Amino acid sequence: MSESGTEDAGMLQVRIWRSGEDGGGFREYRVPRQASQTVLDVVTHVQRKLDPALAYRYACRVGMCGSCAMTVNGVSRWTCRTHVSKVAADGRLEIAPLANLPVVKDLVADMREFFDKWARAQGQFAGATTRHDAFAQVSPVSEARQAVDAGIECIGCGVCYSSCDVVAWNPDYLGPAALNRAWTLHQDERDAAQAERLRAVAGDAGCHACHTHMSCTERCPKHISPTAGIAGLKRAVAMAALKGEL
Amino acid sequence: MSAARESSTGAARDVSSGAARRVDARARNHPAYWAFIVHRVSGFALALFLPLHFWALCQAIAGEARLETFLRWTDNPLVKFAEWGLVLLLAAHLSGGLRLLALEFLPWRDWQKSLAAGAAGLALVAALAFALAL
Ligand code: HEM
Ligand code: SF4
Ligand code: SF4
Ligand code: FES
Repeated sequence: MSESGTEDAGMLQVRIWRSGEDGGGFREYRVPRQASQTVLDVVTHVQRKLDPALAYRYACRVGMCGSCAMTVNGVSRWTCRTHVSKVAADGRLEIAPLANLPVVKDLVADMREFFDKWARAQGQFAGATTRHDAFAQVSPVSEARQAVDAGIECIGCGVCYSSCDVVAWNPDYLGPAALNRAWTLHQDERDAAQAERLRAVAGDAGCHACHTHMSCTERCPKHISPTAGIAGLKRAVAMAALKGEL
Repeated sequence: MSAARESSTGAARDVSSGAARRVDARARNHPAYWAFIVHRVSGFALALFLPLHFWALCQAIAGEARLETFLRWTDNPLVKFAEWGLVLLLAAHLSGGLRLLALEFLPWRDWQKSLAAGAAGLALVAALAFALAL
């Protein structure tokens, strides 16, 4: 289907992953090209106009909820804010569910393992004060607060997790998002569970499994660098171990 | 693999039907991943060279005559060329290793990519310096 001329101009050749008894495969669709079209627009067109049985997931359409992530031409992305013009210069799109996660159906990945790992990485804030205490005063210019800022805007989309080879090599690996969450809490001076958290992220399935491929950092749509947080956790764990605090 | 993952998250309300898809090769095409490939390949190649290196040392122990024959063999241009490759591997692995250590132990900055490029450059410079000094 190379340059077939005017007939195909204005049409996108779209291959979408459909699950099935046989393990699934790609199905082809033709979708009209539109100005300012996003990949999510393309998937929605297919579901509304061509194939109502197609399963996919989205909510906010503006890059806040993190539910629309898929693999687009091999690369994990948030589809609601990925313009077709950016990823399909030749008019071809290959859309599949996120990698490294079981598939519920078609483009819908099962996120349970991903979020369970946030819990396993002590991703909950552990406060030491009550509502009767005064507000904590955290200097916005302190180094720790700046480190929190750099990682706090995570929307939980799973793009990093789906891009990480170490997750594929070691299914128990907590992964970039959970470790980034642990790092922001580690830098939170109000948090009272620091030793437990470092224990949770140390070891084989934790920060030391990371090989600094930086695929997570390369792909994160929020321009977070989980690799930086993981490197910070490696240093923190090493320091704590030296001081005998682990 | 997905079966193992599902069982660890509780099979009772299992909704997953399909196996997890693998990371696509196209997702790996970025500078830091290439740096990793170079580091791994050079690391393994260097490890493979070690037995040869020990064997050469054994020749020295076995006597001066045998060492002499061996050293004369290394004057062969092909061997010289292979030595140059070895130095390139070591330089690449060393600068790649220093890059990793800097990334992980120095306070994080946004110069990771420049660091990868610098590492590659340093490797090349070292290898060329050796090549010219031959
Ligand atoms: C000369 C003999 C050497 C050999 C045979 C060797 C071999 C290896 C191998 C096989 C790996 C595993 C690669 C991987 O996991 O991806 C590795 C990793 C590593 N090497 Fe070397 N190496 C040598 C010298 C060095 C030097 C001189 C440095 C640094 C100054 C270094 C720093 C590192 C680091 C930091 C890693 C971890 C890489 C990672 O996490 O992927 N190595 N080395
Ligand atoms: S830097 Fe670490 S966590 Fe991020 S993709 Fe690479 S191995 Fe995975
Ligand atoms: S760190 Fe980035 S890629 Fe990973 S889940 Fe958060 S927003 Fe998504
Ligand atoms: S639909 Fe919410 S982030 Fe894309």
